[in-house]
Amino acid sequence: MLASGSAAAPFSSASVRPVHDEFHGDLLEVSMGPHHPSTHGVFRMMVTLDGETIVRLKPVFGYLHRNHEKLGENTTYLGSMPYTDRLDYLCSMTNNWAYALAVEKLAGLVPPERAEYIRIILAELTRLINHSGLIGFLMQDTGCSGTPLMYAFREREKVLDLFEALSGSRMMCNYQRFGGCRVDLTPAWVDSARRLVDAFPRFLDEFEALLTGNEIFMARTQGVGRLSPELAVNAGLTGPVLRATGVGHDLRKVDAYGLYPRFDFRVPIGAHGDTYDRYMIRVLEMRESVQILQQALRDLPAGPIMDPKAKLRGLRPKAGEAYGRIEGAKGEIGFFLISDGSPNPYRYRIRPPSFINLTVLEDLCLGHTVADAVIILGSIDIVLGEVDR
Amino acid sequence: MPEDAAPALTTAERDELRRQGILLTSISELYNWGRSNSVWPLNFGLACCAIEMIAASMARFDIARFGSEVFRPSPRQADLLIVSGTVTKKMAPQVVRLWNQMPEPKYCIAMGACAISGGPFKQGYNVLKGIDRFIPVDIYIPGCPPRPEALLHGLVELQKKIRGEKLSGPGAPRHLQPDNDCTYPVPEFGEHDLEPPRNPAVWQPPILTRPDKA
Repeated sequence: MLASGSAAAPFSSASVRPVHDEFHGDLLEVSMGPHHPSTHGVFRMMVTLDGETIVRLKPVFGYLHRNHEKLGENTTYLGSMPYTDRLDYLCSMTNNWAYALAVEKLAGLVPPERAEYIRIILAELTRLINHSGLIGFLMQDTGCSGTPLMYAFREREKVLDLFEALSGSRMMCNYQRFGGCRVDLTPAWVDSARRLVDAFPRFLDEFEALLTGNEIFMARTQGVGRLSPELAVNAGLTGPVLRATGVGHDLRKVDAYGLYPRFDFRVPIGAHGDTYDRYMIRVLEMRESVQILQQALRDLPAGPIMDPKAKLRGLRPKAGEAYGRIEGAKGEIGFFLISDGSPNPYRYRIRPPSFINLTVLEDLCLGHTVADAVIILGSIDIVLGEVDR
Repeated sequence: MPEDAAPALTTAERDELRRQGILLTSISELYNWGRSNSVWPLNFGLACCAIEMIAASMARFDIARFGSEVFRPSPRQADLLIVSGTVTKKMAPQVVRLWNQMPEPKYCIAMGACAISGGPFKQGYNVLKGIDRFIPVDIYIPGCPPRPEALLHGLVELQKKIRGEKLSGPGAPRHLQPDNDCTYPVPEFGEHDLEPPRNPAVWQPPILTRPDKA
């Protein structure tokens, strides 16, 4: 089968080939991707198999490298804002916020209180749609085709309606500005957001009733892809993947950016660091996000939404450097900027959480089967726009 | 009956017969009716537009109403390639290879600004400036990303195009022409650019003329 597979296929690309290893004997190297239904985009894994057990896994990136950082250095500060939407295209609001935070540090702008509240509301709504979508895709990877993803996208559409009413676009919101936000919330928007947030726990209950105690799901995920807290910290992981190992590191608590210290919420942490814990952390985080959203929508103050010192065009921060980071849905999303006093940044660097979380993929997959590698990759939560940039 | 001959019955007469329970049709009409209502797309996402493509297949937009909900993971079983997102120079050979692996008749939708022309990333050194340089595109859907409704509109337009195809004669689609082997050269990731940078049989650079000199 192998020999004919590489010789007879008219468009062969050695996607499956035998290799020999001194220690393992005869192995099989399988190329998964870049077109594979379970790789969450155009990601490629070179998996070396002994029987069905993974003995090596080499990730191959760059199929979606869109020159993001170089484009950022050649456009103005504001001109890069729409590009940040397309980094992690499921979470455009949090990308906007992290970038705005970096430029605000550079230019010395302080957003007013109402703008900070709006940012928190939008970031937590983003977390809801990212996590519920992720769980839907994860279930798709385990073979549960359709239903959980349909439920997740049903809720996602409701949140996207809110984003569209506010910013004019469903996915690419381009909403945050340096020193505030672009347009103000209307009372009707706040009312519909409140209705959505109040109804969300019911959706979570329904979702959990289907999944959390599901025997097949537990058999597939518990003990699979176990990550030790030491490795997670040493590899620089952030976000739910880190917290699933039991390390309580959440920038909303640690960094206390925005107005998060005013809010009452807990940081869920896992105990085993396996795929099931990574799923559970997301569900619990959504419940905490609902708490934050209810407080924010209740206490939303009146007032301006832009720093009066901010000007929309012709921003030339004085020479210096700044790093703005927030706790995005996938982990620490950060922007590092160096200004030389010109309208463009001299250096524009992104710290992508899903790229750094992906570095432990081989450690998680070793000793498991190919089917488990698919689930483990799904539970890490990658978006290739951010991994390849 | 030759297809370009004048129809023996007018549309009104055919509708009247249909009301009375008599269906008159031609082979090509019946064939295209069947084909156009079960266009199976390839389960293939590239970038941001893929999320909107997934949203189009979910409950609210429900692409199943148009017969295209069966997203096939294998190109061997697919009729439609939706190029949903930025095609980089590293990815372009794989896209062309997937297109070659699909059996005829097959169709291609370029979804979003990136797939049409490179979009917002056009200035980038690693971005292909439109997938139509390598494979023939039937429908272009602008937007960044296009809304799911736009994708559905593109699909309906594609169905119209399929219904208008003929089974014989000089106007027949490429898969019915005997001298067409329906393969497209796969570019390679070269030192500076893709080799070759375009497929001349599919795409020629536009000739720019000034209106006052024309």
